Amino acid sequence: MIGFENVRKEYPGGTLAVEDFTLEIASHEAVALVGTSGSGKTTLMRMINRMVDPTSGRVTIDGEDVAGMNPVALRRSIGYVMQASGLLPHRTVLDNITTVPVLRGTSKTAARERARELMHIVGLDPALATRYPAQLSGGQQQRVGVARGLAADPNILLMDEPFGAVDPIVRDELQGELQRLQRELRKTIVFVTHDIDEAFRIGDRVVILRPGGRIAQVGTPQEILAAPADDFVASFVGADRGARTLHIERIEGRDVIVDADGRAAGVLSAAPARGGADEDRADGTSASTAGQEPPR
Amino acid sequence: MSWVLDNLDVIAGYTGAHLLQALPPIALAFVLSLPLAKLANSRGWLRTGVTTTSGLMYAIPSLPLFVLLPGLIGTGVRSPLNIIIALTLYALALMVPTASDGFRSVSRDVLGSATAQGFAPAARFWEVELPLAGPVLLGGVRVVAVSTISLVTVGGVLGVPSLGMLFVDGVRRGIVAEIGAGIVATAALALLTDALLVLLGRALMPWHHRRREERP
Ligand SMILES: Nc1ncnc2c1ncn2[C@@H]1O[C@H](COP(=O)(O)OP(=O)(O)OP(=O)(O)O)[C@@H](O)[C@H]1O
Ligand SMILES: [Mg+2]
Repeated sequence: MIGFENVRKEYPGGTLAVEDFTLEIASHEAVALVGTSGSGKTTLMRMINRMVDPTSGRVTIDGEDVAGMNPVALRRSIGYVMQASGLLPHRTVLDNITTVPVLRGTSKTAARERARELMHIVGLDPALATRYPAQLSGGQQQRVGVARGLAADPNILLMDEPFGAVDPIVRDELQGELQRLQRELRKTIVFVTHDIDEAFRIGDRVVILRPGGRIAQVGTPQEILAAPADDFVASFVGADRGARTLHIERIEGRDVIVDADGRAAGVLSAAPARGGADEDRADGTSASTAGQEPPR
Repeated sequence: MSWVLDNLDVIAGYTGAHLLQALPPIALAFVLSLPLAKLANSRGWLRTGVTTTSGLMYAIPSLPLFVLLPGLIGTGVRSPLNIIIALTLYALALMVPTASDGFRSVSRDVLGSATAQGFAPAARFWEVELPLAGPVLLGGVRVVAVSTISLVTVGGVLGVPSLGMLFVDGVRRGIVAEIGAGIVATAALALLTDALLVLLGRALMPWHHRRREERP
């Protein structure tokens, strides 16, 4: 469990990045922070692993104030995934993944064995183990980043726009993989993004932020779509533009779901056709959506 | 040519003396430039100061400095120590700004992510920041090495033994082969040192060379 209690962050120089932020994140929950650039998402996330210390207020993990914890030890116990640019360019894929376990004193051999398993879990070809990050595609680099974040088997995983630098098809694939991993691993995830669709897909709950880290709305994707708290949220999720409004048209004897632009989004069926709750949660409808899975 | 063959032992002796004066400044400047560059990068005004001082330092002609230094620090006029100290100052003037650029070339994202992984500050410096500044540092050391090896010859004018003595002596005695030997030996020493540095860089920084090869 992660707690933010009346957290405020003023940077030297006077930028008020976070005014007064309070939120509780349950264990095993994935929370997505969304907001425009500069709304304080990274600042909030970095207060959890003490990369940033709050000016006032407290951040707690399982009730204990992180301010009293050794920052280096704390960081080694929390997975951190950021854009691909965060990999160590002078270390091979395998050495990048073993970084944290080795810092924590795991033997190199054991760490490497585990790293090979992780490469398999995140869908990386074992042949890439000895490559350097610059020799990988963006999507592969991102998978290495996720594997590295998971390497020390942390309870908490912080992800700062991890899929921001890859093309939409790869992003979609990576989001799918993360959902699958999360179903198995059930980490406590804090996921920062400025893509509302990504937030709805990854987050059990979504926090929509205004500048200054002010919360515009917190809730499940369904709650936010069903009842946007105000015009800011409505425009953020695209509800105001009708972008999220779907309607049913009867075509050739089947109920086809059509979006605001008149494009077919899927076919209505009585029960979810596959994949379970995660895939259609965001729309709140039971639709088997065409084109959601990219071609492999 | 016969002069060269008859005097191989002299040339070898001067080459040894030359290296003994060139290598310490190169090594010292490299080691000292690291903390100085880190310090300079920590404050904007310090960095400007360091860059300006380095430029001015380089503008001081080497011969007068070699002549004046013994008076300032109390060494003998012909002591190689003068040469070593003066050349270390020149090498620093080249190396500190380069090292400062080198550290600034390291991606802040990578450093931030290293901190987030749990590198303690010292480990982050030695294991991440220093190696990643490596390519720029190596470029600096190569320039410093070649320029230092060539500057050592100036000491020959003052009678400090080095390959420079070959030109001085060759000119005085009118032996063209001796002058040629001095030039060729100095250039060869510089090129050889440079080649060794390049090989060392490849061995220490394989990631830098493999970067552009075989991408999927
Ligand atoms: N180290 C710092 N020093 C001073 N100001 C900072 C620092 N880091 C962030 N800020 C400022 O604090 C505010 C919030 O920054 P933050 O990085 O948390 O935003 P963000 O929501 O992550 O934005 P983005 O989506 O662009 O990543 C911004 O105005 C930013 O300029
Ligand atoms: Mg950010």
